[in-house]
Amino acid sequence: MAVNVAEKVIEIIAEQAMIEPSEVALEDTLEKLGVDSLGLVETVFAIEETFDVHVPFNANEPGSKAFDISSVASIVQAVEALIAEAK
Amino acid sequence: MRRVVITGMGALSALGMSARATMDGMAAGRSGISALNFKDVERLQIRIGGQIHGYDEAAHFNRQELSFYDRFTQFAILAAREAVAQSGAALAGPKTGVVLGTSGGGLQTQGENFRKVYAEGKNRVHPFVVPRLMNNAAASHLSMLHGATGPSYTVSTACASSNHAMGQAFHMIRSGMADAMLTGGSEAMLCFGGIKAWEGLRVMSKSGCRPFSANRDGMVQGEGAAIFVFEALEIAEARGAEVLAEVAGFAMTADAGDIVMPNQSGAERAMQGALEDAGLAPADIGYINAHGTGTAGNDTVECAAIKAVFGADTPPISSTKSMHGHLIGGTGAVELLACIMALREGVLAPTINHDQPDPTCNLDIIPNKAKKAQPSATLSNAFAFGGLNAVIALKGPPPRQ
Repeated sequence: MAVNVAEKVIEIIAEQAMIEPSEVALEDTLEKLGVDSLGLVETVFAIEETFDVHVPFNANEPGSKAFDISSVASIVQAVEALIAEAK
Repeated sequence: MRRVVITGMGALSALGMSARATMDGMAAGRSGISALNFKDVERLQIRIGGQIHGYDEAAHFNRQELSFYDRFTQFAILAAREAVAQSGAALAGPKTGVVLGTSGGGLQTQGENFRKVYAEGKNRVHPFVVPRLMNNAAASHLSMLHGATGPSYTVSTACASSNHAMGQAFHMIRSGMADAMLTGGSEAMLCFGGIKAWEGLRVMSKSGCRPFSANRDGMVQGEGAAIFVFEALEIAEARGAEVLAEVAGFAMTADAGDIVMPNQSGAERAMQGALEDAGLAPADIGYINAHGTGTAGNDTVECAAIKAVFGADTPPISSTKSMHGHLIGGTGAVELLACIMALREGVLAPTINHDQPDPTCNLDIIPNKAKKAQPSATLSNAFAFGGLNAVIALKGPPPRQ
């Protein structure tokens, strides 16, 4: 399951960044990948739709720890936590 | 060019059911934000807003009228009734028109009927759905009710709608195209579809509207309307009308940048333009009603723009959205009341919910409590999604001739 989540999250981010999933590394930041604030909101929406979770993300507080978006890895971790919570 | 004055005002908002009640709420620093109450609210993440609770449409309009009046039209009609009664202006005829701002128009009518045909599978809707939901319904009903047969239409520029509308009304009277205008804006977006759409953008606060505070976390919506009678000064004077304020200048700009993120230069140019149009220097402005949405995007950029225009000596500013919420297409109209109150009564409305200073918003934001001061001129800012900006400059009433 964990691998699957990471793969899917990377697919979602890659689509927003308009690059191939193979070009996304776990340690990358969204900024480095060229995902802007609107791309981020769309990423959050795609994650919610894909995993059927509610992501506690407010665009006014991008640094909030409620949903850590500091790297691809942190997003994957946060999504895994949300899925675990939803179970 | 003719001078243009305001001779009547009317309003409904979460702060009260009249212009007076709304201004009293602002002066008292009262919050009109509360738990939202409408169908399916439990399916929303965002459940607070400046809703007008206890409003009974049947107490104001009969069944036949209600078949044509969406909530946003009702608000406009009630606010206009108050403004016209105060003004006493003769509005019937071809030299009077109506220009109103709204963003959602008859959104509730649209939502209710979409629900019927999509969710409930009904194959028939009420015959007046279209005339009830159209964005120009409120402007048209005001023209019919008051006999205004001159230039009348609706302006829809998101959060700047009513400032753009009032600017158009001002221009028409100044140029001689009209003698008097009913103008302002109305919004009734507090419904499931209205909030659900905004929720998606992730810019709404779940906890409260705290403009310019470091702990702000987004905007809170409101509903209501404010309508004014704008009139040529010479006509108002000739009939001995009481002048509430002079509309001194107006400017509009486009950022031509981002569809949602504001741009400092666009905001600056709009404020600068309004000052120039009014023949005012920055030092003449004693109060600015800020756009102040409480979002990360707006507040920092707006404060930087104000500093750029006004230099070290920035006038006090406040965001009354902290009290009545963001009325989107109606917001500039309700906020103009704060400018009129400042000019007429020497009371500067506060920015409430201020609990943590933000170094990027380090202006005098009139924290939490209204302040006594007697400005001779004010600005009211509106900076919309889409990068469309509209700023209105008011002056106190000219001395009586």
